[in-house]
Amino acid sequence: MTTAPITASEGSTTAESHLEHGHHPDLRMFGLATFLVADGMTFAGFFAAYLTFRAVNPLPAGATYELELLMPTINTALLVVSSFTFHRASKELMASRMGACRGWLLISALLGIAFLGGQMLEYFTLPFGLTDNLFASTFYALTGFHGLHVTLGALMILIVWWQARQPGRFTPQEHFGIAAVELYWHFVDVIWLVLFALLYLL
Amino acid sequence: MTASLTQTREPSPAPSLQPTGWLRYLSFSLDHKVIGLQYIVCGFLFYFVGGALAGVIRTELATPISDFVSREVYNQVLTLHGTVMIFLWIVPVVNGGFGNYLIPFYVGARDMAFPRLNAVAFWMIPPSGLLLISSYFVHGGAAQSGWTAYPPLSLTTPATGQILWILSVLLLGGSSIFGGINFIATIVKFRQPGLKLMMLPMYCWAMLGTSILVVLATPVLAGTLILLSLDIVAHTGFFNPGLGGNVVVYQHLFWFYSHPAVYIMVLPAFGLVSEILPVHARKPLFGYVTMVYSIMAIVILGLIVWAHHMFTSGTPPWMRLFFTIATAFIAVPTGIKFFNWIATLWQGRLALTTAMLFSCAFIIQFVFGGITGVALAQVPFDVHVHDTYFVVGHFHYIVYGGTVFVIFASIYHWYPKFTGRLLNEPLGQLHLLLTVIGFNLCFAPQHWLGLNGMPRRVAEYDPSFTVVNQISSVGALMMAISTLPFLINVIGSAFRGPRAGDNPWRALTPEWLTTSPPPVENWRGAPPLVKEPYGYGHSGNPIDLQTARGRDLWTSQP
Repeated sequence: MTTAPITASEGSTTAESHLEHGHHPDLRMFGLATFLVADGMTFAGFFAAYLTFRAVNPLPAGATYELELLMPTINTALLVVSSFTFHRASKELMASRMGACRGWLLISALLGIAFLGGQMLEYFTLPFGLTDNLFASTFYALTGFHGLHVTLGALMILIVWWQARQPGRFTPQEHFGIAAVELYWHFVDVIWLVLFALLYLL
Repeated sequence: MTASLTQTREPSPAPSLQPTGWLRYLSFSLDHKVIGLQYIVCGFLFYFVGGALAGVIRTELATPISDFVSREVYNQVLTLHGTVMIFLWIVPVVNGGFGNYLIPFYVGARDMAFPRLNAVAFWMIPPSGLLLISSYFVHGGAAQSGWTAYPPLSLTTPATGQILWILSVLLLGGSSIFGGINFIATIVKFRQPGLKLMMLPMYCWAMLGTSILVVLATPVLAGTLILLSLDIVAHTGFFNPGLGGNVVVYQHLFWFYSHPAVYIMVLPAFGLVSEILPVHARKPLFGYVTMVYSIMAIVILGLIVWAHHMFTSGTPPWMRLFFTIATAFIAVPTGIKFFNWIATLWQGRLALTTAMLFSCAFIIQFVFGGITGVALAQVPFDVHVHDTYFVVGHFHYIVYGGTVFVIFASIYHWYPKFTGRLLNEPLGQLHLLLTVIGFNLCFAPQHWLGLNGMPRRVAEYDPSFTVVNQISSVGALMMAISTLPFLINVIGSAFRGPRAGDNPWRALTPEWLTTSPPPVENWRGAPPLVKEPYGYGHSGNPIDLQTARGRDLWTSQP
């Protein structure tokens, strides 16, 4: 659609017609970032609840905050490395090397899936169940909610990996899908680092 | 401002697969004006549901014993009334409704930043509303624990209704967050080139502040309700003291959202009234800059006052002191806005239209609710009246005397924009008269009831309170009757109202600088760059169409 430029003006300012179809500013990354702020607030609420429980509510006799550290530390390493591999994928994309980009995307997704496997393994070897005590419930709720995020993220990485098969689907100029998943993936990673510090190290 | 007085007439845009005519209001339309009206009409439908529920409550409370409905049904009705009114009426209408309709005009855009997300956000509301209301018919009935759903009460009442309540509120919260993201992106990033933030009409600032609160606070409620549903379904003990849990943590998390929710309901109303007053007083909005800063101050302070709802929940003294002081501080920016509105009216050429009269009723009633709010922030007084009808009275002066009056004022103000027809003024004034009398008759006596110790949320009360409760119930009946002239007016005027013309109020804000109702693309031709949306009341020279500014528009049209 074309429109005639407006004629009324003040001084030399001409009111430009804008926001025509096809000329929208791309605000999708801005919108996603705002959504991640909201998502982060959900975690912030959980963290606040957990810290308050920990400060105020004593655990029943025999229960403990101590957790096995080996498996979660390996998991943390997997997730951190996956952030770097995803970053590498973006670099390859910007250099128009789609084959390498897809390779690094697949590695990132597999690292995420390995994280989920490690999490499963930990769940099955833990000495407590969901309803055993307040710490156990909080532990499963927090790691489970984060695990859902990782699951979603790994699925989305696989989706963009699949989409990137088509030549020209993602270009150095136009690659919203990959950029959005990358931002989300880094977010999930950072949340895990906070969660790891609070649940395992504190 | 550069008003487009020489608009080029363009043929309407090419037809699309979207339905036209009234059918598009039932469709997944991406047009922000359609979505705005969908929000408003849907909100009014739920308002009548919530009003009917309030009618049940006031009928029950006309006598000291529970005779009209059983105690269990009373609890369900009370819970549904609160939830419907807050999440399905006020929040969607003042945010999604007027926000969607007006904000794209105000930023000089042809739609919101994310039209599809916008439609998704709206269409989440009717299903979740029906889910909530239908929970009345499941085994055990609807949730009985009030709109606050405090555990352990919400853990011991019938579980099915409570779970449906949680699902419904989660969906509504999601809708609200999507809306908030959209408003932030539209206001911050989607403005017409050359349109600076400090040129925006005040409603944009109010919606920006509100949306920041929505994005920061609503997710916390969502997380809390997920934990609560785990307590109900999986028998975890987060908020169950019997299992070592902590009910006060629920209250903190709940009020971290639900106190800002008050501002989510009332800040947009502040914005709307700041649009209406200058137009009908023919004066610029007084203190634009202080208005902007006070909105943002309310946003920041609104996030750190939540525990004043919990002064009787065993909060330690330092916490009581902090939250008392923070709450008292909120009165400062709110007071600034109040005086700005008064100063806007002062020595204006007031047109006493229904929109103006509803706005003035808002100012008076809101300041009364604000004063009782400052009183409630003081710990010794709050401990005395906590959980009594004093709080009910205060709250309704804020959300009904505040926000709902502004919703009505806004309908009277923007109805010509929505439909191209004028509403009937005498019917509108009858509506105003009945609403003001009914509202004050209903809620003012509740302060007395609360001071004398009548607890809220209970179906039965001491017989010595009977007469005052009956006065309150008569007020509620008047409020119910008052919607009749309103309904007759809005439905009748849609077909028979006199043609309004494009700009019946001779307003200068951008939504009026196009046809009424506006074309699909909002403007034929380019959007006008409105630098001075409140430029009323200056003396001017004969208008030159090439250099016309806002003030000239007003003075040239006697």
